Amino acid sequence: MQQINLLLLSLPDGILLGFVYGLAAMGLTLIWGVMNVINLSHGPIIALGMFGTFFIFSRLGLNPYVGLIPVAIIGLLLGILIYIMAVHRIINAPHLSSLLATFAVNMIIIGLSTAALTTSPYNVDFSLSSIQLGKITLLGTRLAAALVAILFAGGLYLFLYKTRPGKFIRAVANNRAAAELMGIPSTKILALSFGLGTMLASVSGALIATFFPFNILSGGSYELKSFVIGVLGGLGNPIGALFGGLILGVLEGIIPAFLEASWVPVIEFGLFVVIILVRPTGLFGAKK
Amino acid sequence: MKRSLLTLFALLTVLGMLLAGCGPAATEVPTEAPMATEAPVATEAPVVTEAPVVEVPVTVTIGFTSSITGSQEVSSKRQVNGFTLWMNQVNEAGGIHLSDGKVVTFASQTYDDESNKERVQQLYTTLITEDHADFLISPYSSGLTAAAAIIAEQNGKVMITTGAANDDTYKQGYTHVYQLYTPGSLYLKSTIDMIKSFNPAAKIAVVHEAESFTQSVVDGLIPYAESQGFEIVLQESYASDTADFGPLINKIVDSGANVLLGGGHYPDGSTFARQISERNVSLEYIALLVAPADSKFSELGDAALGVGTSSQWELSATHTELEANNLGIEWYGPSGADFATAYEAKTGDKPTYHVAGGYTAGLVLQKAIEMADSIDPEAVNSVLETMNIMTFFGGTQFDTSAEAHGLQINHEMVVAQWQKNAAGELARVVIWPADVATSAPLYPIR
Repeated sequence: MQQINLLLLSLPDGILLGFVYGLAAMGLTLIWGVMNVINLSHGPIIALGMFGTFFIFSRLGLNPYVGLIPVAIIGLLLGILIYIMAVHRIINAPHLSSLLATFAVNMIIIGLSTAALTTSPYNVDFSLSSIQLGKITLLGTRLAAALVAILFAGGLYLFLYKTRPGKFIRAVANNRAAAELMGIPSTKILALSFGLGTMLASVSGALIATFFPFNILSGGSYELKSFVIGVLGGLGNPIGALFGGLILGVLEGIIPAFLEASWVPVIEFGLFVVIILVRPTGLFGAKK
Repeated sequence: MKRSLLTLFALLTVLGMLLAGCGPAATEVPTEAPMATEAPVATEAPVVTEAPVVEVPVTVTIGFTSSITGSQEVSSKRQVNGFTLWMNQVNEAGGIHLSDGKVVTFASQTYDDESNKERVQQLYTTLITEDHADFLISPYSSGLTAAAAIIAEQNGKVMITTGAANDDTYKQGYTHVYQLYTPGSLYLKSTIDMIKSFNPAAKIAVVHEAESFTQSVVDGLIPYAESQGFEIVLQESYASDTADFGPLINKIVDSGANVLLGGGHYPDGSTFARQISERNVSLEYIALLVAPADSKFSELGDAALGVGTSSQWELSATHTELEANNLGIEWYGPSGADFATAYEAKTGDKPTYHVAGGYTAGLVLQKAIEMADSIDPEAVNSVLETMNIMTFFGGTQFDTSAEAHGLQINHEMVVAQWQKNAAGELARVVIWPADVATSAPLYPIR
């Protein structure tokens, strides 16, 4: 009975957090889906999104949710820049090359940011009032973050399925050579896709910063979660990633009700291995 | 026959004289030895004036790693700031003058350990074998120090540890590692005593970081709390990089606890405190390790209000020469106020106990060199074993038993709490023990 009580208390938190995790993972899985590149700079880009919120709120005094717009734009442009500088030349090379290239970007961002921002924890002292439903407390910041994550996921879906550039992205993801033969500028589309992936990562970071403290190394744990979520939802399937995020968030909410909290990563990564072994295309299927 | 007897007599006489001559000399050495220590200063003083000892400058290298990056950054930087202040002060004052003419000044050699144990071992090896560090100071945190202590001991280097409370490090049979902090097992003893004075029937939740230091605190805390009649209604650990404390806070609420003890280090402790506040959890008292002892904790705003901590040192309850005299212990070093003034002048920041610990590590090493009148590591090691002094940081005396060699046995902690001062600003005040408290405890918090 006590466990059920705890589960009911923690489940809403897990669900709300899961949407944000899902948004972060959508960025990773979109890039993999379109160009078969595992972006190892995903974590620091999430962290840069966190700092985006920090500077916009703490230095400029703007509402963090208004600040999502510049964070998204900068994230998009940063992604395009990373693609042009580090990824484009090795896009057709073996996977190891792209892994090394994005890892190098990861190290550059961490190195520069550590020099400029140190690894001290930063806080965004922002709160929205909470909603009390019996014993359940829904924190306003998490509720808002989940809504924003859903909006971004919906927007991405509409972009990919209802707009011309979105259809180009899907075409390039499906068969790059054929898409090029149809006159689709694949290089521009790949750069745009990479930019969209980093945009989603930076926005998720910006949302996380409204309720968790962070430093430049904080993105690492969300990057790992993104891998688990990507595999759960099916690598290359952005919408599947959102559901994968929900599953992970729920697991993080309910596991501590039954076990010590330190078991959470053990179970998460155990699940990661099981899914890879049993259903490598993920619960919702890999890229289509 | 006569000649033989004469020869034998002569031999026996000479032998007897030799034995007689040797005997008294052997017994007289000890009696003369004290005279040599008592009188020579006066009798030998003129010799000094006749042939002054030539001063030979010697630079002693002190090696340590610091966490410029990583999870221990905040506290580690403060510790290094404290140590650096001590070193600069000693050097600016002309160093330590030894009787053989050596004038000892200090240089430091340090690297960024990135808060990483593996890196600590690699870097301490470098400090010893390549940089030829003469003495070592520990990195910050028990986990990193445990890794460094092995290297120090293997190489026979004296290491003064600060920021390293875990008892276990000093129970490994090491003979060159000396602890300044109160051991972890005693960290929350005063807090339990304080809670007992307010609510002897309090239900306690112990939720802590899964790390060696916090484990040693909990290992000491739980038996002591239970011996005082408290019920531990929840005991749970969490990973160091935990960001979401929601499920744990729900468990605390569900357990019916009215006191929370735990935390770990700065990043997790500050996050924990913030999320407890966001959820309006009703607790009579919250004590977290390490994080609330840092001045940066006030950045949490109202979430910091009422949160208590065990502190190794607070300026408002600093130890004094009078206290040392009353206890019959030798006083050494500057007063707490002088230390704090010098530190504020250098950094513009108020010193925390991490700063004071870093400074005192150097101070204790300085005292040991002075006592040994030598920079020989083994001589310094020997005097550390007998050291019993009080500095502004508190008592310093080490366990010399084989079971816990180097463990600190004479340093006491205070309980501090974040409260609002008359101007409505957050300030960390000492609330326990009552004889050194500067404010009454805010109990219950909410």
